[in-house]
Amino acid sequence: MTNLQPMQLPDAEALCSALAEAMRPCVDSGRTALVGIHTGGVWVAERLHAALGLKIPSGSMDVSFYRDDFNQRGLHANARASHIPFDVEGAHVVIVDDVLYTGRTIRAAMNELFDFGRPARIDLAVLTDRGGRELPIAPTFCPHAMSLPPAQMLALERAADGGLSFRVMEK
Amino acid sequence: MNFMSAGGNPQLNKHGELNHLLTIEGLPREVLARILDTAAPFSEVAEREVKKVPLLRGKSVFNLFFENSTRTRTTFEIAAKRLSADVINLNISTSSANKGETLLDTADNLAAMQADMFVVRHASSGAPYLIAQHLAATGRDHIHVVNAGDGRHAHPTQGLLDMYTIRHYKKDFSQLTVAVVGDVLHSRVARSQIHALTTLGVPEVRVIAPKTLLPTGIERLGVRVFNDMREGLRGVDVVMMLRLQNERMQGALLPSTQEYFKSYGLTPEKLALAKPDAIVMHPGPMNRGVEIDSAVADGSQAVILPQVTFGIAVRMAVMVMLAGN
Repeated sequence: MTNLQPMQLPDAEALCSALAEAMRPCVDSGRTALVGIHTGGVWVAERLHAALGLKIPSGSMDVSFYRDDFNQRGLHANARASHIPFDVEGAHVVIVDDVLYTGRTIRAAMNELFDFGRPARIDLAVLTDRGGRELPIAPTFCPHAMSLPPAQMLALERAADGGLSFRVMEK
Repeated sequence: MNFMSAGGNPQLNKHGELNHLLTIEGLPREVLARILDTAAPFSEVAEREVKKVPLLRGKSVFNLFFENSTRTRTTFEIAAKRLSADVINLNISTSSANKGETLLDTADNLAAMQADMFVVRHASSGAPYLIAQHLAATGRDHIHVVNAGDGRHAHPTQGLLDMYTIRHYKKDFSQLTVAVVGDVLHSRVARSQIHALTTLGVPEVRVIAPKTLLPTGIERLGVRVFNDMREGLRGVDVVMMLRLQNERMQGALLPSTQEYFKSYGLTPEKLALAKPDAIVMHPGPMNRGVEIDSAVADGSQAVILPQVTFGIAVRMAVMVMLAGN
C-alpha cells in the first residue's frame, strides 16, 4: 500500500480557516495584498481574502515563464497569464500556495513578482508543508506539516460546490 | 525534396513536437491551436513594468534577413528580447537569387558561434528548409529554424498572428466566412493564411483577385475564387487585404495602380457589403490608395495595428515552443 487513505490527508477546509487565523494578527486589511499561485493557490487566496476582509483585490500568478526546468521540460502546457491588479511597488504581498515542497515554485513566483515592481515585504502562506525543500525557503504562515515520498504528488482539488480537498497522486 | 518526405513532417521531431517552423501547410490543427493558446499569456507580459521573462536567457537568436523587412525583423527582435535571448541581427542583402552554398556557409559559421535559433527571411522559396535540412544532416538538430518569409512560399508567423487576431475578435473559427483579397500570386502571406484558415476549420475561405494575380490551381487549396470584389465581399466576417507587390511584378499583370484601386481597392463603399461587424486586416506595409482606402485603413473596423502587437506574442510563443522541445 503506497496510497495514503483519504482520512489520512489533512482537511483542506479546516486548514484554510486555520491559515486565516494565523495570518489575521499580521495583515492590514487596507494594505496587505494576496497573490495566489495557479491553480490551488488561487483558490486558497480567494478564501483568505474573504475571511480576512481584505480591501485590495488579489492577484494570480502562473509561474511557467519563470520556472527553472524550462531547459529540461519545455514550457508547461496550458500556461496562463498572470494578473496583478494592484501596484506591487511598496506593497505588502503575501504569496499564497496550497502545498510547499521543493521551494522552486516560490522562487519563480518571487522573481516574477519583482518584474511588476519592488514590494516592501513578501510573506509566504501555504496550507501544508510536505518537506523536501531544495532551496532555502520557509513559509511565514503554515498551519500543517506532513511527510510524503517523492513519488507522490499532493494537490488541491475544488469540487463543483466550491469545496476544497487534497488528493494524492502517484507520479 | 527527400527531406520533406523522410519521416513525415520535417518541422516536427519524433515526439510530434515543433522543432522548426517552416510552413503552416501540413501542420496538425492541434499544433496550430497550441501555438495560439501559448501566445495568449505572452500578451500580458507587454503590460508589465519589466517587459521580459527569463525563458530564453543565455540563448542566442540570429535574425538572418537576406531580404529587407522592418516590421517582421523588429517584431522578431522584440519577441526574442522579451524572452531574454541575445539577439544578433544580420541584414544580408543579396543581388543574385541563387546563393545556396553561401547560405549554408553562413549558417555553418553562425552555428560555430553557438547559435540556438535562426530566424530566416529569404527571397528564394525553400531557403529556410535548406538550412534546416543542412542542420539535420550535420547532426545539429538542436538549432531551431523559423521561417520569417521565403520567396512566394510561406510566412508562417504572419499566418499565425493573423489567426490569433481573428480568434481574438471572432472567438471561434467554425462559423466564419473569410476573404483574402489582392495579389495572391506573389503572396507568401496568402498561402500561409489559407493553410491556417482551412486547418483551423473555417468553413468558407474566399480569395478575391484579378485572374492575372491568382496562381493556377488555387482552388485546390479549398478556397472559393471571386474575380469580382463586390460579389466576394458579400457577407464576410473577416477581410484580409494583401499588399500589391510592385517589386515582384514582372511584365504587365496590371493596367495601372489606379485601375487596380478602382476594382480591388478596399473602400468604405465596398466594405459595406461585408457583415457590419467585419474586421479588416492587412499584413503591412500598406499601399494606401492602391489596395486600401485610408478611410478604411484608419477606420473603426481596421485591426491592423493590433495585428502588429499580437505578432510579438505569437512570435514569443513560437520561439519558446521550439526552444523548449
